[in-house]
Amino acid sequence: MKQKTANELELEEIGIVHKIIGEETIKRRLLDLGLIEGTNIKPVLISPSGDPRAFEFRSSLIAIRKEDAENIKVK
Amino acid sequence: MKKKENLSIKQKEIKQKSNYTIALAGNPNVGKSTIFNNLTGMNQHTGNWTGKTVANATGYFEYRGKTYKLVDIPGTYSIMSHSEEEEIARNYICFGNPDATVVVVDATSLERNLNLVLQITEITDNLIVCVNLLDEARKKKIEVHLEELSNILKVPVVGVTARKKSTLNNLLKVIRNVCEEKKDIRPIYQILYDEKIEKAIHEVKEIIMEQYKIKEKLARWVSIKVLDGEECILKEIEKQLNIQLINQSEIDKARKKALANLAKEGIYQEEFKERIVSTIIKYAEKIGKKVCQFEEKDYAKRDRKIDKILTSKKYGIPIMIVFLLLIFWITIVGANYPSQFLFSLFGNIQEKLIEFAIYIHCPEWLSNMLILGVYQTLTWVISVMLPPMAIFFPLFTILEDLGYLPRIAFNMDGFFKKACCSGKQMITMCMGFGCNSCGVTGCRIIDSPRERLIAILTNNLVPCNGRFPFLITIATIFIAGTIGGIGASIVSTIAVMFVIILGIIMTLVISKILSKTILKGMPSSFVLELPPYRKPQFLKVLVRSIFDRTIFILGRAIAVAGPAGLVIWLFANIGIQGESLLTIIANFLEPLANLMGLDGYILTAFIFGIPANEIVLPIMLMCYMQGTSLVNMEDTFAIGEILRQNGWTILTAINVMLFTVFHFPCATTLLTIKKETGSWKWTAIGFLIPTVCGIVFCMLTTLFYHVFVI
Repeated sequence: MKQKTANELELEEIGIVHKIIGEETIKRRLLDLGLIEGTNIKPVLISPSGDPRAFEFRSSLIAIRKEDAENIKVK
Repeated sequence: MKKKENLSIKQKEIKQKSNYTIALAGNPNVGKSTIFNNLTGMNQHTGNWTGKTVANATGYFEYRGKTYKLVDIPGTYSIMSHSEEEEIARNYICFGNPDATVVVVDATSLERNLNLVLQITEITDNLIVCVNLLDEARKKKIEVHLEELSNILKVPVVGVTARKKSTLNNLLKVIRNVCEEKKDIRPIYQILYDEKIEKAIHEVKEIIMEQYKIKEKLARWVSIKVLDGEECILKEIEKQLNIQLINQSEIDKARKKALANLAKEGIYQEEFKERIVSTIIKYAEKIGKKVCQFEEKDYAKRDRKIDKILTSKKYGIPIMIVFLLLIFWITIVGANYPSQFLFSLFGNIQEKLIEFAIYIHCPEWLSNMLILGVYQTLTWVISVMLPPMAIFFPLFTILEDLGYLPRIAFNMDGFFKKACCSGKQMITMCMGFGCNSCGVTGCRIIDSPRERLIAILTNNLVPCNGRFPFLITIATIFIAGTIGGIGASIVSTIAVMFVIILGIIMTLVISKILSKTILKGMPSSFVLELPPYRKPQFLKVLVRSIFDRTIFILGRAIAVAGPAGLVIWLFANIGIQGESLLTIIANFLEPLANLMGLDGYILTAFIFGIPANEIVLPIMLMCYMQGTSLVNMEDTFAIGEILRQNGWTILTAINVMLFTVFHFPCATTLLTIKKETGSWKWTAIGFLIPTVCGIVFCMLTTLFYHVFVI
C-alpha cells in the first residue's frame, strides 16, 4: 500500500511521522525542526493562496509547502 | 558586521581591553537580539520574525570591573547543515573560542530549542542556558523547572524575561562565574548514541587523537563529522584547526573501516546521519518532558483562533489589505501637520538666511544658489520625508512585533511560488510601501540568494510613501475631479488602488520573468515559522524604528538632496539664449514624452526628482511656472489649474500615475541596492526594470487612447 504523506492529511488530522525522504537540504531542515520518526504532525491552517499549509508539531507552527510536505511520510 | 559602524564612542573605548568573549546563540525569534541590546545598549533591530541577525553583531558591556565582548550570532534551529546562517553560527561556536556560549531558549517551546542546546553541548563545556520568555510561558500556563534542567544538563540555567532589563542581572552573574572559573573542569551532559555508532565514533576519535593534538571533546565531535561525511563542514574544520581529515590516510582508513562495520549492522551512511539527528531530538524530547509542565494542554488555542481568521480563505487577504490601507491612511493624514510645521520652520529660517546674505553683501547668484538651491531642496526633502517615515515605521514595526508579518508571507506564498519566489518577498514589499530603500534592506530575510536578488530588483514596483501623496493628488484632480460629489473620493481611491495592484501584479510577473531568464531557478523550499503572537513593546518600537530606519534613510536622502538641489538650481537658472537648461532638456525629451502621452517637462521632473520622489511635483510646477526654485502648493485645485493650462488631459494623468509607480528608484534606493548586491550591474538592472515597464505601459495606454477614444 502506498504510504500517506503529510500533504494528504486533512486539516486537524493528526499523523505520525514515519520517514522523511527527498533531497538532502530540505530533509535536513525538516529534521532540524524536530520532524523525526514518531513525531505527531497536524495541519491546522491553509494559506488563502492554496499553498502552503501550516503544520503544528512539537508545539510550534511551521508553514511547509506542498512539494516539501510530500517528503514527509506519515502513518 | 555592519552593526560595528554603530559602535558608540564608549563602546569603542572599551573595545580594546575586553577580558572575555561571550557568544550569544539560539533559535530564531527567541529574543536573542533583545538580550543583546539590553546588555550592550546597542540598537540591533529586533522583530517577531525569523532571520534578523544576518552576520555576527558585536557589542561590549562591563560587569564588576571586567569588560565582556558579546557576539550575537545568527539564530538557527541547528548547526548541522550548511545554510549561510548555520555556517556562520557553527563556525563561531566551534572555532571562535568564546569564553562562554549563552544559548537563549524559548520557554514556550523548550523542547524544540533544546535540540540546539544539545548540539552545542557536543562542542563546548562552557555553556549557559538562558531560558527567555518566561512571562509568555506563564501566560500559556507552561511551567519550566530551571533547576531540574540545570541538574540534567550539568550547566548553569538562568531564567529571564529579556524585555525586563532587571531580570538580566542573574544572567550577568552566571556569565561572570563561568568566565572566572577555571575552564574545562566541569564535564557536562553528554549525548550517547546507540552502541554501534558509539563504537564507530570511538574508533575514529582514537585515530584522530593519535594524529593530532586536540582535546577529546573536540575530537569526538570531529569524528562524528568525519563519519557523517559532509564535505563542506570537514573542509571548514580542516581550515580552522589546520589539520588534514579527508586526505589523511590513517583517518581515512579508520573512517572506511568504521563505516564498513556500521554497514554490516545495516547502518549505511544515509541512516547514520538520520540516527544522529533523531537521537539528539529524542534526548531533547525526553528532557523537555521532564522539565516542562503544561497545565493547560491546548495552550496555543487563542493563537490558533486568531490565525484561523487572519489566514482564512475568505478574510485573510482582505484583512491584510485593510491593515495596510489603515497604516497608509494614518501615515498620510498624520504626516500632514508635522510636514506643514517643518515647512514653515525651514521657511522662516530661509528668510533669515536671505536677510543675512544681504547683510554680509553676499553676491546674489551665490546666495540664491546656496539658499534657493541647496538649502531649499535639502529642507524640502526633510520636511516631506521625515514625518511620514516617523509615522509609518513605528506602525509597521508594531505589526512586526505582533507577529503578523510571517502570516502575510504565509497568506501570499502561493502566488509567489507560481513566480518561483518566496512569500517572504511580500513582507519586503510591505516595507517598500513605506520606503523602497528599507524594503531593499529587508530582503535580507529571504534565505535563497536568487530569490533575495529578485526581491531587491522588483521592490521599486510598489510605490513608497513619497509617491503616494502624488498619486492621490493626481487622481483627485483628474479622475475624481471629472465626477465630483461623494463619489469623487471613492473613485480616486479606486484609481490609486488600481495602480498599486498593477504594481503588485507586475512584481509577480517580473519575478517570474527573471526566474526564467537571468536568474534561473526553482523556488527553494519554504519553511517558515509562524511564531506565537506577542504584545508589542510600544516604547521600544517607537525608539527603535525611528533610530534604526527613519534616521538612517533620512541620512542617505540628505546626502543626495544637497548636491541635487544645487544641480536643479543650476539647470533652472543657467540658460542659453533665454532658455533655461531645464527647458532645453525638456524640449529634447519631448518626442519620447509625446509617445508616452506625457510632455518633456514631466519626464524632466522625474529625472531631476531622483533624490526623492517627493520633489517631482514641485519641480514640475517650477517648470510650468517658469520659476527658478521649487514651488510648494497646498491647494489641489490650484495645482489642477496649472496642470490643465499646460495641456494635461485625463490621458496625461493616467500616464503620470503609471510612470510614478513604474520608474527608476530614487537615489537612496539605488545606493541601497548597490550596497546590498555589491554590484553596479544589478543596480543598473534595478534601474532599468521599472523604467522599461513604465515606458511600455505609457506608450500602450497612449496608443490605446488614440485608437479607441480619439
